[in-house]
Amino acid sequence: MAPAVRLREAVALAGNFPLLTGVTLEVAEGEIVHLQGPNGAGKTSLLRLCCGLVALCSGEALVLGHDLAAERRSVRRDVGLLGHSSFLYDDLSGEENVRFALRASGLSGREAAARTRGALDRLDLGGRLASTPVSRLSAGQRRRTAIAVLVGRQPRLWLLDEPHAGLDQASRDLLDGIVAESRQAGATVLLSSHEVARATAVADRVVHLGGGRVTEEPVHAA
Amino acid sequence: MTAVAEALSQPEGSISALSETSGRAALALRVTGTLAVVGVVATAWLGLFVTPNDVNMGDLVRLLYIHPPMAWVAFVAYGIASLSSLLYLWPRTRHPRFDRMAGASAETGVVFTGLTLVTGSIWGRPTWGVWWTWDPLLTTTALLFVLYLGYLALRRVPGDSEAVAKRAAVASLVAFVDVPIVYFSVSWWRSLHQAPTVDLTGRHLYVHGSMAWTLLLGFVSFTLVYAWLVGHRYRLSTLRQREADECLTAAVAERQQEGQS
Amino acid sequence: MLRDAALVCGKDLRIEMRSRVTLNQVVPFAAVVMLLFGLALGPDRRVLVPAASGLFWVAVLFSSVLAVQRSFALESADDAREGLRLSGLDPAGVFLGKAGAVLAELVVLEVLLAMAMALLYGAHLAGVPVLAASAVLASLGLAAVGILYGAAASGLRVRETLLPLLFLPVVAPVLLAATKAWNLALAGTPDRADGWLSVLGVFAVLYLAIGTVAFGSLMEDR
Repeated sequence: MAPAVRLREAVALAGNFPLLTGVTLEVAEGEIVHLQGPNGAGKTSLLRLCCGLVALCSGEALVLGHDLAAERRSVRRDVGLLGHSSFLYDDLSGEENVRFALRASGLSGREAAARTRGALDRLDLGGRLASTPVSRLSAGQRRRTAIAVLVGRQPRLWLLDEPHAGLDQASRDLLDGIVAESRQAGATVLLSSHEVARATAVADRVVHLGGGRVTEEPVHAA
Repeated sequence: MTAVAEALSQPEGSISALSETSGRAALALRVTGTLAVVGVVATAWLGLFVTPNDVNMGDLVRLLYIHPPMAWVAFVAYGIASLSSLLYLWPRTRHPRFDRMAGASAETGVVFTGLTLVTGSIWGRPTWGVWWTWDPLLTTTALLFVLYLGYLALRRVPGDSEAVAKRAAVASLVAFVDVPIVYFSVSWWRSLHQAPTVDLTGRHLYVHGSMAWTLLLGFVSFTLVYAWLVGHRYRLSTLRQREADECLTAAVAERQQEGQS
Repeated sequence: MLRDAALVCGKDLRIEMRSRVTLNQVVPFAAVVMLLFGLALGPDRRVLVPAASGLFWVAVLFSSVLAVQRSFALESADDAREGLRLSGLDPAGVFLGKAGAVLAELVVLEVLLAMAMALLYGAHLAGVPVLAASAVLASLGLAAVGILYGAAASGLRVRETLLPLLFLPVVAPVLLAATKAWNLALAGTPDRADGWLSVLGVFAVLYLAIGTVAFGSLMEDR
């Protein structure tokens, strides 16, 4: 089977700062990989590269069979990113936000509405919370709304950047359950989390990053 | 980004290659510069001392040798800037050099538009009695000036070089399309009003003999000045890009070291 | 593309319905500008009435800068702009959708402002079909250029100051043609406004076309 992610000497830049300095990494379809490394090792950049938010500057990057250098946009419908920001509109309710995201990813109105309801219920955001503008939700509830978008979209590749941050214990358990479930459904997951024990428990494999590339040994902050 | 990729793949080769090509380019630039200076001095000398007065305009006619050539250069500059931007936006011809060319040409264009407006006003005041009139050509030129001031301001905002280039190219396209619309609507707007207070058709002069030669020399030398300035700006931005790429190679190596600790 | 446009347009208008920023801030701003023009020119109706349509359109131009800024302020909160890029929406659809929402807002603003103009300057509203047609075509042009430049300037730290400098010179022909069309309509000779209507139409079509083609490269910048 073709790998879900294949990077060869991938270099990415932000202006003149090298974010990634030659990442070589292969992730098989259906695998859960935990990215580990100190702050600034390039974890976030690697996840952002895989969904095309960071441009590939040199090297090779294939995600779900799409060449990122040539067709950054075509991978997007199959990839879901949970980033540092939640990409939510403050004035819209959780239900409207999730439904808009699902409609935007190509679902029909009816399908999107049904999946939205299911996803919000799965994250304990049903009922009155669903119709509250997200500006009035707590940080944890916002975060859960962002996760609900992924649950509803069911992408083939999940990119989770610090997914445990800002969640209480119950929600973290819920999230780990969702990640395990998505693997059952055949999805691939890349996650980076400082909750090392949790992430290692759910992951098949740990990849260490340092200085913007993959390292053999765990890197410790200087 | 291709330039960066090249720099990353062959960090040593680039410096010697650069000095060789820049040597030839510098020579060409120096020749152009010399010719431009000689041409402008000759135009000034011919225009001030050799050519005759005009029957109606007197000494004012001597502005003829610099004002139209400047306006010509300004329009050529915007034309080249727009063409380069189009080539940059077109995916098959996308290359950083077209972006650098667009920037250099637009910058020179703004300078010459400014000079055109100033010399035009100086000429207009004694001829028509006003510094400014809402003639379509004048209005369009003034608007071009502000349009490209905005364009240059947009270029100057720092950011990822590819992002800056794309934004600038779109802005240049927007400005370029605007010019004919402005010209058309202003001329129509004017024509609907009462007889214009200033008759710009009076600028038809009888150009003859030494005047024609001086005017021609004016066009040639100001075009050379344009080529010279653009050449320098282009070379400067190429060197800046090279410098940034060289720094980048070092930055990549340094960052990779972080992973070794 | 049109489906995506309808989706984005609906989303923007829904946010406007909730937040009422354009209605509660931009419309009053336009009214204040009209009032200030009145004070600057004095109470003489022989001065105000001929100048009315010009002043009206200058006020609309200034307000459209604010409407465009608002349209991109929505997307910059919580990095929604990145969310929009990740969503897989067609960039041309995003452009048309956002332009459509700004168009709708401007048309509402123009209706309210025209009433203010009749009230403050004592201008008699005549030739309403021409007034309406030129207002719609002019707003379409303003929205198209505004969204294009709004996207070019969004995400930049200097966007508030840069946008007016970029936007206002480009829309000078809109000011000219719309003012002429309104003058002719108000003077009771609406049939002579056809030419100006076509200038507005050509302007709108050209910039909608440029935006549809070029918006992709603006959205994919960072």
